[in-house]
Amino acid sequence: MREVSRDRIKAFLTLLPSIVLIGIFVYGFIGNTIWISLTDWGGVGALAEDPQISYIGFQNYVDLFTGFLEGRFRQDLVNAVYYSVLLLAGAVGLGMFIAILLDRKPMGEDFLRTIFLYPMSLSFIVSGTIWRWLLAPQGGVNILPTYAGMEPLSFQWLASKESVLLFNWQNLLGIILYIAAFILIIVGLLGLKRDPNRAMKRWILPGVIIGAIVWLFGDLLPQAMIMEEMHGLNLATLGIILATVWQYSGYTMALYLAGFNGISQDLRHAAMLDGASEWDYYRRIAIPMLKPITISAVIILSHISLKMFDLIFAMTGPDNAETGHPALNMYLTTFRANDFAKGAAIAIVLFMVAAMFIIPYLISSYRQQKGE
Amino acid sequence: MERKLSPATIVLYVVLGILVILYLMPAYMALVTALKSPAEISLPTAWEWPSVINWSSFSEALDLLKPNLVNSLILTVCATALSTVLGSLNGYVFSKWTFRGSEIIFTLFLFGMFIPYQVILIPLFQTLRAMNLYGGLPGLILAHVVYGLPITSLIFRNFYAQIPTALIESARLDGAGFFSIYTRVVFPLSIPGFVVTSLWQFTQIWNEFLWGITLTRHSENPITVGLAQLAGGQAVSWNLPMAGSILAAIPVLLIYVFLGRYFIRGLLAGSVKG
Amino acid sequence: MLKKLGIAVCASAMLTAGAIPAQAADKVADELEIFSWWAGDEGPALEALIDIHGKKFPKVDVVNATVTGGSGVNAKAVLKTRMLGGNPPDSFQVHAGQELIGTWVKADRMEDLTPLFEQEGWMDVFPEGLVKLIGTDDGIWSVPVNIHRSNVMWYVPDNLNKWGVRPPQNWEEFIEIAPKLKAQGVVPLALAQNWTANHLWESVALASLGAEKWDKLWTGELPFNSPEAVAAWDLFGKVLDYTNTDASSLSWQQATDMVVDGRAAFNVMGDWAAGYMSTTKKLKPGTGFGWVASPGTNGQFMFLADSFGLPKKSPNRDQAIEWLKILGSKDGSDAFNPLKGSISARTDSDLSKYNDYAKSASKDFSHDRIVGSLAHGVTANEGFMNDFATVMEMYLKTRNSDAAGKAMVSIAMKNKIGQ
Repeated sequence: MREVSRDRIKAFLTLLPSIVLIGIFVYGFIGNTIWISLTDWGGVGALAEDPQISYIGFQNYVDLFTGFLEGRFRQDLVNAVYYSVLLLAGAVGLGMFIAILLDRKPMGEDFLRTIFLYPMSLSFIVSGTIWRWLLAPQGGVNILPTYAGMEPLSFQWLASKESVLLFNWQNLLGIILYIAAFILIIVGLLGLKRDPNRAMKRWILPGVIIGAIVWLFGDLLPQAMIMEEMHGLNLATLGIILATVWQYSGYTMALYLAGFNGISQDLRHAAMLDGASEWDYYRRIAIPMLKPITISAVIILSHISLKMFDLIFAMTGPDNAETGHPALNMYLTTFRANDFAKGAAIAIVLFMVAAMFIIPYLISSYRQQKGE
Repeated sequence: MERKLSPATIVLYVVLGILVILYLMPAYMALVTALKSPAEISLPTAWEWPSVINWSSFSEALDLLKPNLVNSLILTVCATALSTVLGSLNGYVFSKWTFRGSEIIFTLFLFGMFIPYQVILIPLFQTLRAMNLYGGLPGLILAHVVYGLPITSLIFRNFYAQIPTALIESARLDGAGFFSIYTRVVFPLSIPGFVVTSLWQFTQIWNEFLWGITLTRHSENPITVGLAQLAGGQAVSWNLPMAGSILAAIPVLLIYVFLGRYFIRGLLAGSVKG
Repeated sequence: MLKKLGIAVCASAMLTAGAIPAQAADKVADELEIFSWWAGDEGPALEALIDIHGKKFPKVDVVNATVTGGSGVNAKAVLKTRMLGGNPPDSFQVHAGQELIGTWVKADRMEDLTPLFEQEGWMDVFPEGLVKLIGTDDGIWSVPVNIHRSNVMWYVPDNLNKWGVRPPQNWEEFIEIAPKLKAQGVVPLALAQNWTANHLWESVALASLGAEKWDKLWTGELPFNSPEAVAAWDLFGKVLDYTNTDASSLSWQQATDMVVDGRAAFNVMGDWAAGYMSTTKKLKPGTGFGWVASPGTNGQFMFLADSFGLPKKSPNRDQAIEWLKILGSKDGSDAFNPLKGSISARTDSDLSKYNDYAKSASKDFSHDRIVGSLAHGVTANEGFMNDFATVMEMYLKTRNSDAAGKAMVSIAMKNKIGQ
């Protein structure tokens, strides 16, 4: 018995260096960055050997979200949302589609899988360099139609200054409330079948009320800024999204393919015997069964979209505001504009966004382990 | 499944064919451009095969990127080896020597995998400077080892979960302790785990850019930074960046093509809970 | 067997990991690391200087650390990480003026070069105004290697004849002839990525304000939201209407190419474009390409200068000083500048080594009204320049001159301009 407990101590000691390292390098550093973001470390004196730093509370965050000069950060944040949403839609959709095709076991499946997955092995710098050339306005993708005898495209993939789906940042509060109301109503509608009473009370009713209030009294909401500031989906980001989807759809394909292979063939045959079509099989049986895979894919991809620094750096350079991203803005704010505190604040905002996805995921997987 | 040439099958192959072309398009473009001489590169004829094949782009790009390739090789091999070994030990503890709170520690580890690295960049930078490790490869190796721990621990934990506990118990009854069980029972069984983990780490570290550009001096820049430099400057002679891209991609691409099965296993371990 | 393999791998990894610092320590002895953003087309000029150094010190291993990106847009961030990381390069390129003083001198990271200036007799050969600009009350902080002119408009004479236009003397003329060029499918004014918009802005603003008021902006005597300053933005907006739409995806060389290839009529760019067109594109100054002062700035010379400084804790300080001596010497200067397309900062340079463009620029420099460039770090510190880029982005999107004026006021306050 004593042997065992000594072994347990050994086990713990083996783990200890890693615990210390993770403790310092992950949690300690995050804490340090939070602290930096609450100071005024920046400007002319920031570069001295021993800079003067003082605590200023949440001023940096207030500046980022409502300051007159931080419009670029706000556009970057909007970009980041669109990057995530479009990357998720594109990579999950396309990946699932290819997985379904490959699940039909065509000849040369191994070869095909390799083709679809190879982009994933490349670094963003490599793919960014190649795609920058592919998306050059007067060449690459734009002249492909000429080989079919058509007119070349004239879309300015990475340089377009157009944007769609514009909204005014002043109305931010109202927009957030609308989105909240929308989500409440959707959740309620989804739960309507299972427990109509609860769905109405808990979700739909509050959703409708919030929506109605904002609609009626939205003008009374405090405005986020003193002047009008429009943000939207910059069309120049589409080229970057295209490259990311190209790179990561193979990854979701591999996930789904592994999932499909894990589903017993009997289930498929049983479904077919019940008169289900192939389409029904995927829609009603296979894809719902792979919900955990979908969740993982969403987590990983949204994580990747928060790290798009490299790709944007290689494709449009760090200075192209149209395709900006908070990850890039953080680097420039910190190391080029010498504004360490604000850079830290941007990093923390980025971190919060990531945490919104990840913490629920980790908690649920923790619960699963406890259950094991 | 039986295969017959129905219209549905034809559609399947046509769709797959189109997708294959689309996925290979960038690779084709990179190769064609790399093989052209600078004078022949122009936007309207970007897709055409070079009239004269110009291999010198590759030797030129290799000359320029050689130091970066060497740096990346040292960096990747060291950081991969260290983080894999540590991850294996951690995975062993997390799966076979659980103690009160080990799950929560494990979950806290995993969190480190998902943080955007910007959030630790400033303190990391300051810490490496304080440790006198800023600028060179050792600092970069340290960073990659530490932030690689979550994923390597995860993969090994899931991998070792498949080793029957009975095997450990019987070894213990034979009088084996913590380390001898690891070296005699667990380690010999973990070769596939090592392959998967090191492939994963190798690709990640090889492809990393943000730390490369913020934490190293010029002579220690890894390949991604070297390539970004090569591509960022004169956009006129595109053959060099393209040849450079191909050179930078080859190591990971080879791994992927020949050891693809393991790579996919690494992917799955990285994203699906075992 | 497998166990042994594993141990071998680990051991070798440890060994290599341990071996690197040792190796690095060995190498330090004979090295000189020079940090700049002169890559690619601007590379040969720097190489010429390194060659001179190589002949003098054949045993020293020169690390030419370049970070690409025009006007140092990427280099500045990398330099910052190096300096803050306590691992400075031995000597680095920096724009003379506030970019150096407002950033690194204020942070007390530079060595005073006054002794070097006195020892080499540079106090007499560099123009007094320039020395004042690179120094403060406490010392002289960098060695200038060249003088560039920012307000130049480039064109190809044959093309202009073909299109039936003449180089405009002021922006009103430009706006008159621009539709004519557009009708012929020619972009009137080629523009590249963001920093070139800043560059264009300073030429336009100088034309709109005149030299006196331009200077007053930086001393704080003329507010950035004054009607005159806002009018500069209005004019800039009008000029922007005649630029190419894919600007933000082009490098400055590509914008120059547009002019050379006949896709655009004009390009406002600093005179490194002359170096690019004559060295890389092999065009003859005067016939292959032509130039005038950018519209409305005739008789004014908006200058910028590249210089090299000596950071404190430079690892190879002695070699770095030797390097600076070469930069300031007549030989070094006259080897570098003809290739770079700039003129020498020294008053005694050998003009016969320079091409026609440089000769004319040198003449202008000696009798024109001199003003400092904003986009290239003479008049304002880095913080201001970075924020100015943000204001520019805002303007490019909204075209709101009043808002831009107000934004300028607040960034000037934040970065202590004119205080």
